[in-house]
Amino acid sequence: MTDSNQHQAISNDVLKDQAAKLESLQLQVSALLGTRVLGIETFRNELCFTVNIADIPSILIMLKEDSGGAFTQLSELTAVDYPSRPQRFDLIYQLLSVTYNRRIRLKAAIGDGEVAPSVSHIFTTAVWSEREVWDMFGIFFSDHNDLRRLLTDYGFEGHPLRKDFPLTGTVETRYDDQEKRVIYEPVSLTQEFRDYDYMSPWEGVQTAMRQDDPKPAEDNE
Amino acid sequence: MAEAQIKPLTMNFGPQHPAAHGVLRLVLEMDGEVIERADPHIGLLHRGTEKLIEHKTYLQALPYFDRLDYVSPMNQEHAFALACEKLLQVEVPRRAQFIRVMYCEIGRILNHLLNLTTFAIDVGAMTPLLWGFEEREELMGFYERASGARLHAAYFRPGGVHQDLPEGLLDDILDWTERYPAFIDDLETLLTENRIFKQRTVDIGVVSLEEALDLGFSGPCIRASGLPWDLRKTQPYDVYEEMDFDIPTGKTGDCYARYLVRVEEMRQSLKIIRQCIAEMPEGPVMSEDHKITPPRRDEMKTSMESLIHHFKLYTEGFHVPAGETYTAVEAPKGEFGVFIVSDGTNKPYRCKIRAPGFPFMASIDQLSRGHMLADSVAILGSLDVVFGEIDR
Repeated sequence: MTDSNQHQAISNDVLKDQAAKLESLQLQVSALLGTRVLGIETFRNELCFTVNIADIPSILIMLKEDSGGAFTQLSELTAVDYPSRPQRFDLIYQLLSVTYNRRIRLKAAIGDGEVAPSVSHIFTTAVWSEREVWDMFGIFFSDHNDLRRLLTDYGFEGHPLRKDFPLTGTVETRYDDQEKRVIYEPVSLTQEFRDYDYMSPWEGVQTAMRQDDPKPAEDNE
Repeated sequence: MAEAQIKPLTMNFGPQHPAAHGVLRLVLEMDGEVIERADPHIGLLHRGTEKLIEHKTYLQALPYFDRLDYVSPMNQEHAFALACEKLLQVEVPRRAQFIRVMYCEIGRILNHLLNLTTFAIDVGAMTPLLWGFEEREELMGFYERASGARLHAAYFRPGGVHQDLPEGLLDDILDWTERYPAFIDDLETLLTENRIFKQRTVDIGVVSLEEALDLGFSGPCIRASGLPWDLRKTQPYDVYEEMDFDIPTGKTGDCYARYLVRVEEMRQSLKIIRQCIAEMPEGPVMSEDHKITPPRRDEMKTSMESLIHHFKLYTEGFHVPAGETYTAVEAPKGEFGVFIVSDGTNKPYRCKIRAPGFPFMASIDQLSRGHMLADSVAILGSLDVVFGEIDR
């Protein structure tokens, strides 16, 4: 039992240490960004700053070039779709500093049809990530040299990771023996797509949610 | 007479080509035999994993991770399991942590075996592949004995691992770790000082450290460029903190350095596996919190509560507190990250998978510009791309 107690003690120290580090990072980055920070969220030892989409390129340059930040790698650029919000998308920038061994996340809301500034001239990784976001969510990036679709088929229509895009898609393909070619046709399901609502009517959901959160949108169409 | 305009020749490499490591269509603009531009067309293996995961419970989403980088399935599961545990704040029993670390290192060797040997066949060496697959067979046997599946294991679960190891397995793995260094030595005699191999790989596809960071490289590829960056050391998870191992780095950042780094990593992985076996404690392999992990089968026969837990877990699944996390592990190919947005329900609201191979593939144009056609094959092989994870 002593062994596990010891581990517990060590992990408590580690947690305190992590929390302190996170706080100093938070102060440092907030000082760097000043008034451009719209919100700060720490959750499970991860730091997330909400900023304006227009400020993203200047902030990224600052975080990358500043010797105290040195966030030289963009590990991830992605989006999340919340159809019920007026600005339905969140663009997520996950940054990593290999010098100081820490990560932060930037988040910026953007509406459907709005144009996001490209960061591909700051981080070359973003070239493909932005292509993917364009492909999957239909968020357009200005000043991007090569904004073609990336993962979907040639001539594909729609943006699959939007919440209103059906899971089954809209077209299906098959090889036609008579015509000797692959043909595209609308999806026809022999039975209704089964998306069960597993949510328990008597327990669970409400308690697990934070009080100030808006109710999640129904995703069963 | 007007000067004749010579249009660059556009060439299609793939989608069905053994050196494309899967289904890659690479459109090359060639000036003679020199590549002027490489435009990879990916997505031929796109299965909409991220979309599917949004419609599955957390437990149902886990097996999709086996199917991303199908060369080292458990390392991917690890990232997802860790992300769920972070959101749920579950303690994982120590024995489970050791088992996971051991299997992650087996996965690393599985991956490097495939990569190094197919890389060798890409540049003309036939034998390593035949030898390597014999070894992989044995490792997949270990996968099968623990999880019942040779490839798509679904063995790591949020809260631990699915089952305890069968009797005798650890001894067999230990036996294998004694035999395996001889194989690495044999592999090295075939390749490391091989004149042809070196001619094909040295100074090909050189990536400087700044470029590597800018291009989003991670894993062996960034270490080959000289940065001792390994998430197992820098941001340790499970029991990696207690493991004693070294991080090999390269100096030149070329294809040959990436090869050398991977060979040394296999030796280090063996070290970790041996430590895991030596130090593995007894005890449970799954968290005892039955709101998240299923109860034992024999309990279900006698306890009504266990039966209810089982039913609820396999229909509704567990609810994950609302929040976001980006959790990354050091997969054999590099940083494999999972970004989960949970809205407090039983299904992830969004699950973005950060595959290490994705930035590698994106860099093909920059790396192969100015090289010969045959070098693009060597570069592709040395970057270690698998389309399961790139296309998702």
